[in-house]
Amino acid sequence: MNEIPLSHILCVSTGLFFIGIYGFLTRRNLITILMSVELILNSVNLNFIAFNKYLYPDKPDGFFFSVFIIAIAAAEAAVAIAIIIHLYRHYRSIDVEDADTMRF
Amino acid sequence: MMHPGQVMFYVLSALVLVSGLLSVISRKIFRSAIFLLFSLTGIAGIYFQMQYEFLAAVQIIVYVGGIVVLIIFSIFLTQQTGTVLPAATLNRKLFAVLASALGFGFMIFQLNNHVFTSSGKNSPGPEVSEIGRQMLNVNESGYALPFEVVSILLLAAMIGCIVIALKEIRTEK
Repeated sequence: MNEIPLSHILCVSTGLFFIGIYGFLTRRNLITILMSVELILNSVNLNFIAFNKYLYPDKPDGFFFSVFIIAIAAAEAAVAIAIIIHLYRHYRSIDVEDADTMRF
Repeated sequence: MMHPGQVMFYVLSALVLVSGLLSVISRKIFRSAIFLLFSLTGIAGIYFQMQYEFLAAVQIIVYVGGIVVLIIFSIFLTQQTGTVLPAATLNRKLFAVLASALGFGFMIFQLNNHVFTSSGKNSPGPEVSEIGRQMLNVNESGYALPFEVVSILLLAAMIGCIVIALKEIRTEK
């Protein structure tokens, strides 16, 4: 693994991040938006681990950040899916354009 | 001549990127969830390659075993089978491609111009016993406080989900 330059891993995570951004901007279904957010969070995790391994191998701080990000992502996904299913029971649709009750 | 580990890394990153892209552009929502599954598994493979085995196991348990299954369940609960998602309008697609391509180009430019200085030698990820000791350490460089905060957050998220699910439905439309 030491032969792979750090910049290649960072390129992969940058690509994944902007794939997630693209999905976040184009999708209109709430579940697919949530999936794009998961891709973005995973690219950030990959970045933390790459920096921890290559630049600060003696301190596992990046590792702990990744573990906490995974825990918070799990909580976020659970709450988001509860809200999405409640929204579906209310409006019979999970399109972001249909949930406009709070629009000014 | 490329090292087998290097070949494996490039195969895994191609898997991650291609299935991530397919999950974002696929018009069938169930397929897009399955591509997300492949992408997350590929990331777990990259963690395995970097010798962060504990994090790879956490990734597989939480993401593949938890979040993707939850997403698939919610797809089953909210979508009719065989429906195709509407395509995004050309305008929206154009601006999204523009924004992500510009951001990607800018980040790659920055990456190429920056020189990373490593401190110390390369080593495998932390041992599981080391992780446990530092996670519950209350002294300097310990993570006991964030650990407790995350546990309260998980409890709050669980109670919040139950409250949302128990709520009465008043149909307005």
